[in-house]
Amino acid sequence: MKRRNFVKKVTLGSLATLIGADIVFGATMPNGYTPLALSDPDPFKLFGLDTEMVLLNDKPWNIEAKAHLLNDNITPNSAMFIRNNGLIPENINLNEWRLTIDGESVKQKKTYTLKELKEKFTHYSYQLTLECGGNGRSEFNPPAKGNQWTIGAVSCAQWTGVRLKDVLEDAGIKSDAIYIGYHAADIHLSRDPKKEPISRGAPMAKALQDETLLAFQMNDEDIPIAHGYPLRLVAGGWPASVSGKWITGISIRNKIHDGTKMKGKAYRVPCNPVAPGDKVKGEDMCIIESMPVKSLITNPKTGAIIKKGQKLHINGHAWAGELTVAKMEYSIDFGATWEKCSINQPVNRLAWQHFSASISFPENGYYEVWARATDTNGVSQPMLLPGWNPKGYLNNACHRIAIKVN
Amino acid sequence: MKLPKEFKNPIKDLYTIITSMSLVIGIGILACILLLVNPEIIESTMIDSEYLTVTAEENEDKIENGIHIRTGFVDDKGLIETINNCTNCHSSKLVIQNRMSKEQWIATIRWMQKTQNLWDLGRNEEIIVNYLSKNYAPIKKGRRENLTNINWYQLEN
Repeated sequence: MKRRNFVKKVTLGSLATLIGADIVFGATMPNGYTPLALSDPDPFKLFGLDTEMVLLNDKPWNIEAKAHLLNDNITPNSAMFIRNNGLIPENINLNEWRLTIDGESVKQKKTYTLKELKEKFTHYSYQLTLECGGNGRSEFNPPAKGNQWTIGAVSCAQWTGVRLKDVLEDAGIKSDAIYIGYHAADIHLSRDPKKEPISRGAPMAKALQDETLLAFQMNDEDIPIAHGYPLRLVAGGWPASVSGKWITGISIRNKIHDGTKMKGKAYRVPCNPVAPGDKVKGEDMCIIESMPVKSLITNPKTGAIIKKGQKLHINGHAWAGELTVAKMEYSIDFGATWEKCSINQPVNRLAWQHFSASISFPENGYYEVWARATDTNGVSQPMLLPGWNPKGYLNNACHRIAIKVN
Repeated sequence: MKLPKEFKNPIKDLYTIITSMSLVIGIGILACILLLVNPEIIESTMIDSEYLTVTAEENEDKIENGIHIRTGFVDDKGLIETINNCTNCHSSKLVIQNRMSKEQWIATIRWMQKTQNLWDLGRNEEIIVNYLSKNYAPIKKGRRENLTNINWYQLEN
């Protein structure tokens, strides 16, 4: 307590001195508020995470899973990656929470309380795959700027809520609507109240899909605070940044939504392929929509040593954005030969699928088990890194685990 | 004796300088003596006694094996400028994860100034950019790296 007070005092003091008398937006800091970075919380306790989760960034929170933590068919909160762009909203009051539907293409601007949303519209539950657009960024060469996700920024939880479609139609959609954009209660890192940390969206066709939800439950409980409590937009199969957390508004737009991280290079890749390290102009970057085909071996954990003659059982999940996975294979010889895995159908559209196989190894030695999924368009995961792009998105290269037989 | 003005003025200036300097030094010596007699005078006037329990090992700028413990930054010229300017809005962890060339670090600073309310870094910019591009430079990874940091374990059937 004493130490903490001291650190707080010194840090705040030095902050002020160093920046030149003023803490930036210090005036907007609520009285008695302790900046998150100074409150020294244990994120694993704070968010109920498995202690093997990997903390990439603590301001804002960015935490990813390891492959073996994602073995459950439905991802529990304890293994769910957290990707925040700003600070988690403070003092959430359920009674005062409002969702406003507005924009150029809304027939009638409308505001709902959480109670109204829950009572007025039918509830639906879906298992939805959410993968960060930058999952796998750490492998790009030359490196791409941002959180260096490895493989664990993906989840498939059960989301329950009302269809976005039903709410938008209740407010009324004009015929010139082409896009929706969300607005949320999170706080910009600079604490500038005029800035939104992130405000992305999707074309009307995605917004109007049955599985696109305004969710208030995750895995049959209130959505955890780090995942968007009390209201989250969930649009499975697309970069998870489309699935805005802490939603307070949806704008129906007559143009492509122009909120924070919709423009520039954010969540965009070169419209045409470029060489690694090439400079790409903003106008030559296209918005990412459906995520590419991908898979993860979630069991066993990498590093397993087995005895000669012992069979290795592997299992994991595969997903393909808007599509489904048609074929799942593994290789123990670096892709020289491939064997089929069994794979089931998704429980609903946009849910990940589960595969398994039993592997025999011919000799003692070091092996890598590589997994490769192929989508219904016949497109497979590459073994090497896919096309380099300035922001390091969409790395769907085959996942692999190391095995020793002796 | 009347001295010419051209001679008198510089003498006068010199006298003023010597007087003021002695005054400053005098005050300094006095302060030092005071501090020697009662070293707590500074803390007790500036900080509540409640905060005096801090020991050396809780020093927030402790360096161990070339790493600044509190932030994880590499200890090198520019460390303090980097901490002071680059960890107010986001964590040092965001910086440490990244590997960029000088040009890319500058581009990142420009982006933060344009969109994230980062202030003008002034003379510190060069110091910070040199620190970052030296200690957090790109590493060539090729098209796919070997698997590393494997924790081997016996898997029973």
